[in-house]
Amino acid sequence: MSDTPMVRFERLNKWFGRDFHVLRDIDLDIARGERLVVCGPSGSGKSTLIRCINALEPFQEGSLTVNGVALAVEGREDLRAVQQVRRSVGMVFQQFNLFPHLSVLDNLTLAPRNVGKVPRAEAEAQALAQLERVHIAEQAHKFPQQLSGGQQQRVAIARALCLAPQILLFDEPTSALDPEMVHEVLDVMVELAGQGITMVCVTHEMEFARSVADRVVFMDQGQIIEQAAPDAFFSNPQSERAQQFLNKLLGRT
Amino acid sequence: MQPSEMIAARPAPPRVGGLRAWVRRELFGSWVSTLTTLALLAWALWALPGALDWLLWRAVWQADVEACQAARGLGACWGVITEKHRLILLGRYPLEEQWRPVLATALLLVLVIASGMRRFWTRWLVLAWVLVWAVFFALMRGGVAGLSEVPTERWGGLPLTLMLTTLSIVLACPLAVLLALGRRSRMPAIRGLCALFIELVRGVPLISVLFMASFLFPLFLPVGATPDVLIRVLLGIALFAAAYLAETVRAGLQSVPQGQLEAANSIGLSWWQTQRLVVLPQALGAVVPGLMNSFISIFKDSSLITIVSLYELTGSLGLALSGDPEWRPFMVEGYLFITAIYFVVCAAMSRYSLWVEQRHARGLAR
Repeated sequence: MSDTPMVRFERLNKWFGRDFHVLRDIDLDIARGERLVVCGPSGSGKSTLIRCINALEPFQEGSLTVNGVALAVEGREDLRAVQQVRRSVGMVFQQFNLFPHLSVLDNLTLAPRNVGKVPRAEAEAQALAQLERVHIAEQAHKFPQQLSGGQQQRVAIARALCLAPQILLFDEPTSALDPEMVHEVLDVMVELAGQGITMVCVTHEMEFARSVADRVVFMDQGQIIEQAAPDAFFSNPQSERAQQFLNKLLGRT
Repeated sequence: MQPSEMIAARPAPPRVGGLRAWVRRELFGSWVSTLTTLALLAWALWALPGALDWLLWRAVWQADVEACQAARGLGACWGVITEKHRLILLGRYPLEEQWRPVLATALLLVLVIASGMRRFWTRWLVLAWVLVWAVFFALMRGGVAGLSEVPTERWGGLPLTLMLTTLSIVLACPLAVLLALGRRSRMPAIRGLCALFIELVRGVPLISVLFMASFLFPLFLPVGATPDVLIRVLLGIALFAAAYLAETVRAGLQSVPQGQLEAANSIGLSWWQTQRLVVLPQALGAVVPGLMNSFISIFKDSSLITIVSLYELTGSLGLALSGDPEWRPFMVEGYLFITAIYFVVCAAMSRYSLWVEQRHARGLAR
């Protein structure tokens, strides 16, 4: 069991409309407990790739298995499979997407109470424990708009953790943050990476990738161009496109 | 360049205050505003004494037709209200039983006001709604607990207006939410049906809806199986209001960002849970002024049911005065009286809407 991958993409293709071929022949296995960083220029399909993993995006060809559950082609109508997958996958968005009409605590307990049918007191205790984990328990009774961007993103991470997911997806979690707040979020992510959860991160934070990732996947124009251990990728990218990308990113000429 | 010193925070300078400064700034700030102020002042000085004379100083307060006739053109005849207020407020409800609609209306008002207050938003409120409505109809209709039966044709005045407004709003709101959600559904049949209903009902005047409810609808049912005209009219108004409210709600739904839906999906909420827990609270909060606008319309449009011979507040004013040649000349005073009632209720509704709006804004934008 443990050697079956947590996520398996097999020749997966996806189009937006008729003409925009956004994912092309994706073959990718993500192992249990693996920490994967996906990078690439904007428009390369990296966000779309990870959004497929919790069925936020349907695909048109190929197959995708998440934690033993197969998601069908155009399979958003298969509600049972979708719900089953979403219960084992947590997601953190670039724009946080906290619920503005609910307090921090209510944001966290919403899914456990309504989906998991956990009693209120128990759900709140668990939520507070998750807030501890992201070092923000003292803000439990505030509303999202009263928090800084970095704090909001940590709340969003705690909300994803409340479902006890086996996989955590991060879609550019620090891109919408002021520079001085990037680190408080990355620090939390580094701590989580040490705790055995499978992580898939779309990010341009190369420091984070270098220190945490088991593997880096580089995408361009809907394809996986190259994948390697972070050290190998950063010091010795194989493809020309990856070299260009890294040069721009790191400010080298 | 020298590194600058840190500047300590200090309070803002005091505003140039006082009434005089305000008057000079706001009323006489430029020659245009000075002229406008003087013109309005002159108009007020010219119009006010006459108006007060008619409204108050030379008005006749006791129910005395001769005195009223003598004062015609000089002073208002409030005696017509003294004389006819029972008929205007309660319509043709039997005279000796009028404590019943008065009590029923008082109960209903207390219920509605309490429902608007946050501290009463508990499970008990649901029970209170069921109970108050049961008591309301028992009192109005009778036939139980030794009360004599009063058929719905005899109901009238303020109780009828308030009942129709409240019940049609309560019925229309959930329907409007369903219609708005349906119009954005992924299922084409549901989307089409909801759009058809909304467009059809919005394309018809309320008067024709009431006519259909009252005269046309019974033709399709076997004799004796038609529900009471009051119920048919109530459903007519509710369906009509729902179509308008649905479009307001849809505007609210569209204001909720896509990211909120994705977040709700990603934590595993079902479609209904997403709508109920995430989308609707934000959507409805965003369109409070529009919703209140429709509620106020419903309240005033209830006066149209006169055309199907149900005499609510406006209708019973006509009933009270047009049948009485002695008092008929004083219709204007009667209209001013019910205008005041409509105005007080509408003003209260709009103040309440402002309060809700501010509370919602505080919740979202702190």
